[in-house]
Amino acid sequence: MSNDVVICLSASSGYDRVAQGVAGAGRELADELGGSLCAVIVGAAADETVSGVAAVADAVIVADQPELADYQPESYLAAFEQTCRQLEPAAVLLGNDTVGLELTPRLAARLGGSPMSDGTGLRVVDGAIRVTRSAYGGKAEAVFELKRSPAVVWVRARGFEPAPPTGDGAAVERAALELPVAATRIVERHVEEQEGIPLDDARLVVGGGRGLGGAEPFDDLRSLAAVMKAAVGASRSACDEGWVPPSYQIGQTGKKIAPELYLAVAISGAAQHMLGVSDAKALCAINTDPEAPIFRNCHFGIVEDYRKVVPPLIERLRELKQ
Amino acid sequence: MASSGHTQRGDGGAKLNILVCVKQILDPDVPARDFRIDPERMEAIRGGASLVPNVFCENALETALQLRDATGGSVTALTFGTEEAEEVLRKALAMTADQAALVVRGDGPAPDALTVARVLAAAARTLGEFDVVMVGRESGDWGIGQTGGLLAEELGLPMVALVDQVTASGPGVSMRRQTDYGSDTVETTGSVLVTITNCEGNVPRIPKTRDVMKSYRKPLTTWQVGELGVDNGDTIAEIVELSIPGKEVACEFVEGDNLDEKVDAFARRIAEVMGAIG
Repeated sequence: MSNDVVICLSASSGYDRVAQGVAGAGRELADELGGSLCAVIVGAAADETVSGVAAVADAVIVADQPELADYQPESYLAAFEQTCRQLEPAAVLLGNDTVGLELTPRLAARLGGSPMSDGTGLRVVDGAIRVTRSAYGGKAEAVFELKRSPAVVWVRARGFEPAPPTGDGAAVERAALELPVAATRIVERHVEEQEGIPLDDARLVVGGGRGLGGAEPFDDLRSLAAVMKAAVGASRSACDEGWVPPSYQIGQTGKKIAPELYLAVAISGAAQHMLGVSDAKALCAINTDPEAPIFRNCHFGIVEDYRKVVPPLIERLRELKQ
Repeated sequence: MASSGHTQRGDGGAKLNILVCVKQILDPDVPARDFRIDPERMEAIRGGASLVPNVFCENALETALQLRDATGGSVTALTFGTEEAEEVLRKALAMTADQAALVVRGDGPAPDALTVARVLAAAARTLGEFDVVMVGRESGDWGIGQTGGLLAEELGLPMVALVDQVTASGPGVSMRRQTDYGSDTVETTGSVLVTITNCEGNVPRIPKTRDVMKSYRKPLTTWQVGELGVDNGDTIAEIVELSIPGKEVACEFVEGDNLDEKVDAFARRIAEVMGAIG
């Protein structure tokens, strides 16, 4: 086993903010371990993706044979497994996207390592890798020491600074892999039409909760978001009610966002929701209940019915922008 | 599908035998102000809180019951927990699961995901062959979400994560899974393990009184973990620190004599951030 760190990236996401954060976490960990940072990109990678990764990693392996053109769980798992086996890393990092969530435990099992999820901090203590993450729906924070090697961890990528450029581009190697016949097949990809600004990397986000009472009030939030140039998200209960699609969900089991400002409208602030916004620089809220838990995490707030606040707020923001 | 014992439905599709793994957890809705941890055991102190079924496990159960109701076949609920965990199985049976099995663990701190996966795999093999194995995407206590994937590897099954709907499709199943961009439709012709996430369509049903009565006559098998012959000497992770973060900030409530003034003050704070971003 080496002291190296491997980051697993899928080509279709490009070198996006998640990939940048994974690379940043990987570089920090590799420095602490005294090893190098190797990136494995699976899928048909655009040139700018490969060059973006090569600028920050010490080595890049691209597995882009036709069977890997699109993400398929079983074949991507096999591709990451085979490349990691050759590299014998101390740690393997993935991002907090569908691919990372889906493949981490299985990749760890196949490599004989320890899986861990939602890492917000990584460090090395007496040679062992420790992962910081939240527990009990955000009410506690835990540090896990991983007992088997390699550590296979998906990290909350947007919370990590992007990896710095190395100065010289890493060599890019192409892997030719023998892949098994996949037992499952993604036969259709349904790309939801996103109105307005995508939630994931938005710098301003407006979230709506159960207190909105229905789907229609989300139109008011969309108008507010349009003035703010913000994205719209929602609490889990608003998604469960079917008022907005699951892709709006922010929280422990939804999106974990890191905007400059999060405005929570009619959201009580359950711990599992707050976990999704813990990387936000500032929080504010509109809520009728001054005792609502949301206000305990807010920098500023207004205790009012959102129905009375949102229309004049839109007007006022429009004026202030001019 | 891979299990050879299944029978055919009228439309040529298979009746599906479904295994749902469920977990009993400390009520995650305990408010933060009442939440305490035991620094010796490195876990939450139960206090006056109740033990409840993990919500994603109930979403899994609901998904399984709908699939069974559409195809015939059976739903088996399985849990690995303390003796008290029998309650979640009783509820599963009342939700109309056909049978249930409990593997009883010792009273020490909760075992890690690898041990849980090995125990569940051993129990699953003892219970028979299953076409679909369903596991909640993660639990509301530790929320680590690794059990499903580790169980898939123990059972040698392919896996699809973050599924919110499963329907019969030819000899196998079709799954809808949530993704970063929307959703995927995934198909398989063989046995598969899915981790289930919540959606509008799998909100757990409330058991009917009649089904609660009936549940007491349904089969519930109990094993002590030692009886399954699982080697659980290998752990993947040890909790070395557990703390309650004190990150509350002082909220400044905007002031004003009337609504207009308050909204104005609120808008100015937001505009400040907007201006800084440019």
